Amino acid sequence: MTTRRLGILFGAGLLLIGLASACGSKPKPSAERPEPVKSQQERKPAPDFSLKDGDGRTVRLSDYRGKVVLLNFWATWCGPCKIEVPWFIDFERRNKDRGFSVIGVSMDDDGWEAVKPFVNRLGVNYRIVLGDDRVSEAYGGVEALPTTFLIDREGNIAAVHVGLAGKNDFEDGIEKLLEGSSGGSDRAGAGTRPAGSE
Amino acid sequence: MLTVAPPEKVVAKRGATAQSRVTVLLGAGYHVNSNTPSEDYLIPLRLTWTPGALVASEVTYPKPVMEKYSFSPKPISVFTGKFDVTTVFKVAPGASPGPGVMAGKLRYQACNDKACFPPKTVEVRLTYQIE
Repeated sequence: MTTRRLGILFGAGLLLIGLASACGSKPKPSAERPEPVKSQQERKPAPDFSLKDGDGRTVRLSDYRGKVVLLNFWATWCGPCKIEVPWFIDFERRNKDRGFSVIGVSMDDDGWEAVKPFVNRLGVNYRIVLGDDRVSEAYGGVEALPTTFLIDREGNIAAVHVGLAGKNDFEDGIEKLLEGSSGGSDRAGAGTRPAGSE
Repeated sequence: MLTVAPPEKVVAKRGATAQSRVTVLLGAGYHVNSNTPSEDYLIPLRLTWTPGALVASEVTYPKPVMEKYSFSPKPISVFTGKFDVTTVFKVAPGASPGPGVMAGKLRYQACNDKACFPPKTVEVRLTYQIE
């Protein structure tokens, strides 16, 4: 066998090995991808609150026990919040019959005068309440908006997203909680926290 | 996130005009809406003064920059980094000579690329001497 033929065979062999390993490879385990929700052990109870909606009705988080809740702190002057609102409208529409609710906590100092026209214009289909310092403090001193908590059916915080998150991040978490999965790993994750938000 | 350097002392004669500069410094990655925001829901930067021996006749803001952020479909009018807001004061002809302090307020609303922070008001103190 000539040196040239040996070279060709060696090259072909390498190519076959490469192809075989590429075809046989599975997607990387999600070790690097953060879990969309915390494990049951990591979850802490979501503080209850009592806030008024636009019709003056009292809304308590405890009224939602047994449901998965997306609790979104936002304000009309917050650009990133505006991006998320249509997603939450979509989540509410698609999942409300599966035991899921969105609650929007507006942190506008100007109250309903600012909030009502805004939610009407965007066609918000979920419950909006006016927040205050007490609820903000109870949730760890919410300063950066949007800040969104995913709360499981037992009333525990399963994920926190500080700042604008990806739509998929919410969807994955909601699905996991609606399926009743515990999340289940101790991997870091279950939330997003952009630089500068702390 | 945002700091305001104390403005330099103003020395002016009665009946004259005087100028003062307020220097604002924003942390890296942050912006505030300009005095003329692109969208009506955004809160503008505003410097106001409580009338006293000096009366603010004109407040001039820097030229805003148009920047695109992950949350804005189109560029928005903002201030970033270090910038000055200038005020022209008129000194009342009948003002008493001597030292004094003018009180101002700088209202702003800051964001980074992912999150926004509640509007805040910073007190600004301007010392002056009327001759």
